[in-house]
Amino acid sequence: MLITVINVISAVFIIVGLFFIVVGTIGLLRLPDFYSRMHATGKCDTLGVGLTIIGLIIYNGFNFISVKLLFLVVFIFVANPVATHAIARAAYKVGLQPWRRQ
Amino acid sequence: MIWALDIAMLFFLVVAALAAISVKDLLSAVIILSLYSLIMAIVWVELRAVDVAFTEASVGAGITTVLFIFALVRTTGRSED
Amino acid sequence: MEDLFLLAGLLLILTSFLSLYRAIHGPGIFNRIIAVNVIGTKTILLLVLIGFIYGRPHFLDIALVYALLNFIMTIAATKY
Repeated sequence: MLITVINVISAVFIIVGLFFIVVGTIGLLRLPDFYSRMHATGKCDTLGVGLTIIGLIIYNGFNFISVKLLFLVVFIFVANPVATHAIARAAYKVGLQPWRRQ
Repeated sequence: MIWALDIAMLFFLVVAALAAISVKDLLSAVIILSLYSLIMAIVWVELRAVDVAFTEASVGAGITTVLFIFALVRTTGRSED
Repeated sequence: MEDLFLLAGLLLILTSFLSLYRAIHGPGIFNRIIAVNVIGTKTILLLVLIGFIYGRPHFLDIALVYALLNFIMTIAATKY
């Protein structure tokens, strides 16, 4: 009985994580301007990957692998926003103007 | 069922390679090359060659891209041809 | 449970195909940098999933390396 409960919970986490990843990609494609694209991908991707890996941790139970997965999640949650910020600052310095609705 | 992932990734590689050639700007070509070696490492992982995937990941995406970018910094960014 | 991982893997590859389109077509360099960044984070996830499909735990180290690489690559590109 416990096994199916764990499976269901991790399946829910993974599906929600995947949903966010797909939304992030759609945002990357459809949004008109560089800044709005980065707005979408920076957030959705980090969240999507985080949720999916948490789902995997739940599926995996408590052992050494889950600790490594936890390190991965923490690192991604820290590194991804910093990378996105670096891109935004570099783009702004080069003089990329945000999109105005003509 | 696993082979579907394989075929998709190999097709991805071909498209990335063609893109790396056809793109005008040099820096973008370098970035797409790092993308290429990124996916290549996954194919190694798929084939269960773990250490090769390690070296491919660290050399291909890591060192090569950084070296190319520093080379670009010293020369001009755009290709005249 | 097994085919859920496979389905997730396929979905990831499909989405990275779409972002590959952005990587090729992207007007400026910076759109391409984001596209590669997005695909990088997706490949990390794909690696972990493949590790789970084959039941091999030591793929996680590669995923960790990828997370670092993605970060370094982005910083290197923005330095230029």
